[in-house]
Amino acid sequence: MTPPFNTPPAHPHPTTVNIRTLRAVVFTTDHRVIGIQYLVLALISVVIGTLLSLLMRIHLVWPNWPLPLHGPILPEDYLALVTIHGTIMLFFVLTTAPQSGFGNLILPAQIGARTMAFPALNAASFWLTAAALVVLLGSTFVPGGAAISGWTAYPPLSAITSAGPGQALGMDLWLTSIALFAIASTASSINTLTTIIRNRCTGMTWERLPLTVWGWFTAALLSIIAFSVLLAAILLLLCDRHAGTSFFLPNGDLVNGILHKGGNGSPLLWLHLFWFFGHPEVYIAILPGMGLTSMLLANFSHRRVFTYRTMIATTLLIGFLGILLWGHHMFVAGLNPFASSAFSISTMAIALPAAAKVLSWLATTWRSRPSYKTPMLFALGFVSLFITGGLTGPILAQPILDEYLHNTFFVVAHFHLIMAMAGVFGLYAATYYWFPLLTATRNHPGRLLSEPLGHLHFWCTLLGAYAVFLPMHLTGLAGEPRHYAQLTGIPGPGGSLSPAGALLSHTLPLNQFITYAAIFLATAQLVFLFNLTHSLRKGKFASSNPWRATTLEWHPTMNPFTLLTASDTPEMSVHRAPCHYQSNKSEVSFLPQWEPIPLAQDEIEDATDTKPE
Amino acid sequence: MICSRLTSACLPSLWIDRAAIHSPWLLPADASAHGPALDHHLLLNLWVALALLTLAHLILLIGLFARRHSEPTRLWRIEYLPLTVLALLFASLTLKAERLWAASRYTGASPTALQVEVTGVQFAWYFRYPGPDATFGITRPSLVAPGEGNPLGLDPSDPHSADDQVTSQLVLPANREVDLRLRAQDVIHGFSIPEMRLKQNAVPGQTIHLHFTPTTPGTYAILCTQLCGLGHYRMNATLLILPPNQFATWLAAKQKAAP
Ligand SMILES: [Cu+2]
Ligand SMILES: [Cu+2]
Repeated sequence: MTPPFNTPPAHPHPTTVNIRTLRAVVFTTDHRVIGIQYLVLALISVVIGTLLSLLMRIHLVWPNWPLPLHGPILPEDYLALVTIHGTIMLFFVLTTAPQSGFGNLILPAQIGARTMAFPALNAASFWLTAAALVVLLGSTFVPGGAAISGWTAYPPLSAITSAGPGQALGMDLWLTSIALFAIASTASSINTLTTIIRNRCTGMTWERLPLTVWGWFTAALLSIIAFSVLLAAILLLLCDRHAGTSFFLPNGDLVNGILHKGGNGSPLLWLHLFWFFGHPEVYIAILPGMGLTSMLLANFSHRRVFTYRTMIATTLLIGFLGILLWGHHMFVAGLNPFASSAFSISTMAIALPAAAKVLSWLATTWRSRPSYKTPMLFALGFVSLFITGGLTGPILAQPILDEYLHNTFFVVAHFHLIMAMAGVFGLYAATYYWFPLLTATRNHPGRLLSEPLGHLHFWCTLLGAYAVFLPMHLTGLAGEPRHYAQLTGIPGPGGSLSPAGALLSHTLPLNQFITYAAIFLATAQLVFLFNLTHSLRKGKFASSNPWRATTLEWHPTMNPFTLLTASDTPEMSVHRAPCHYQSNKSEVSFLPQWEPIPLAQDEIEDATDTKPE
Repeated sequence: MICSRLTSACLPSLWIDRAAIHSPWLLPADASAHGPALDHHLLLNLWVALALLTLAHLILLIGLFARRHSEPTRLWRIEYLPLTVLALLFASLTLKAERLWAASRYTGASPTALQVEVTGVQFAWYFRYPGPDATFGITRPSLVAPGEGNPLGLDPSDPHSADDQVTSQLVLPANREVDLRLRAQDVIHGFSIPEMRLKQNAVPGQTIHLHFTPTTPGTYAILCTQLCGLGHYRMNATLLILPPNQFATWLAAKQKAAP
């Protein structure tokens, strides 16, 4: 009934002609090639971002170490490192890879669609994103240096070109880069939403959508809302910088001896607009990973997802609450204290859908004897990091505690665990899981990443992640602020070692440990890079459904990487929600979404919300 | 006052031990009246987080290692009950946090509080005392001239400005409420005194009031905690808390030295 794996196409393209291949790859509108392009862009970005973070860590504990070809790291260099690291990781890795990379590669197949809704727009989005990355990296080489205002770019620092290093051309390029990214991301999200709404195959009802698709759907909704506000804010800031307006500048602002006379703006307006984008942004980064984790836990535990419908509802609820709580970044920013109370309550509220998700994950794996393949390990790691990072969220949501913890390393630890580390674990799970779909070509089936190397990579990364970020809670509690280029020997007003110098330098031993751990964590990623490059050419060939998955991207005709002509792909239809597994004592059987034969068990399909399997 | 003594008494002694300042593991010493209650609530939150963290990981690990088991489970027991418990737990923590927040921020300082103005400038903090007339003189950005000893741009034509005292060290009496007027001249700065459990951004164009009562005489660090440019990390000052009589002497000497 289904054609054998990788039926060669009837009319193979003429080979050779490098230029044509090149053009085909560069200007392709094939969503799968675009997905790969996004992933390559994210991989380049994550390597750069990681190296920058290592430089920061090294500078913090060995401040006199001269950077090769550069010399000592000056305070403005350190702040440029912070800014570029944050920007590149958040935008070009954590937003790009799950949402645009795997979204393009997997999403259409998962809903039984042939293509994305707008292929040309899709290609344009990618090239805008690539241009944004080039502009961002280019900003580090301009006179005056890269932007040093952190990824939040608070004015007036970012609004006045004479406010210090990095605020002139470097800041203009930074803003341009983010504006380009915002446009690309909005376009890409419109594409995603339209594809999900319009291109689902027969039988793919909303309740049968895999939870990954719900993750992509909610993240795309948030992207459209959040990035358009960010784009508006950036345009206003550019007007303040070059057109003499003062949206964000108060009258009589005196920066570096230059008096700004003008309208009556407020920096707080930027904070509102920026965080209205900035907080949803972290959910954009994590929601696809949450969806994938749900699916992987069910797949490798051979169980249904516990409370499938509730999981859909909590995904949407997290998205909805996610746009109502930006003010928790502003408890000590000059906001009315009553407003802080309101934002505190909306932030606490989001802990409940998040907790419901954790409960579902725990219930899905509870006494399931899962098979510990590498994607499953990374999904379990995601759960662990999500819990650990998530539990400090309610602490920071309380204004009275934020009064002490705000802008300390406690916050850095919190968001790195939940957004960066859990986010990256989601990406690793996706890479190990979907590698056969990434590597299948016309001529051979997909390959698998090496399992032993995958296990080694997982354990080193988990250990490294905790070793780096758990101690940061302690340096934060000890009072160490973020964005400090130096911790030791900070001169006081009189020149002698000040109380500030004493307060900061006593976290040094712990910071040295964190730096060693960070070097270990980064080194462990070489195992992954080796596995990736090695398995790309020499990895084991995968069968057409190596994980016994139930979702449509593993349908035999969806497997080949290169685009099939319409005649090669029979119309697909879906008969049930994903993750239908059945087990008796010895045997586990599974029922893919596309398989029409119902098992006896299948009659009670959606009534199973009441039990874990 | 009694309330804060009570809460600090029930804390583990290590937590508020001044020796803790030498350890990288704990909060720095606490020297403000509202601090012990904040510390207590923070500690409570950390214990709750640690307990939930342990519990969740235990459930995860036991579930992974136990024999496979496929009996149906009742939804209320593993979904609604835990969610209700968590909702109540987080609601009570929020409620307690809100009460503390309201106590320190919903209302301003008492009218008898000591008035001090704090101004953040790239990359220094300036402190201004209003002098015997108890009124701050007018400042104008156009008059700012740090080289001529007028970093805040005090207007000499305003009679209130003549007796204003501008210092680079914040000196306060112990056990008297202070009403800080927080301002910034150029960019956003973060006014933070970790040992007073105090943090508030200074925003250009805004005057933000912050009140607290220091309790223990000593010297403490004032930091900048909002990225404000390349000198952000060295934008610090010293807070000196004096016993009330010594503070009066200091203030009198300062005023006598004034031209
Ligand atoms: Cu500052
Ligand atoms: Cu600063």
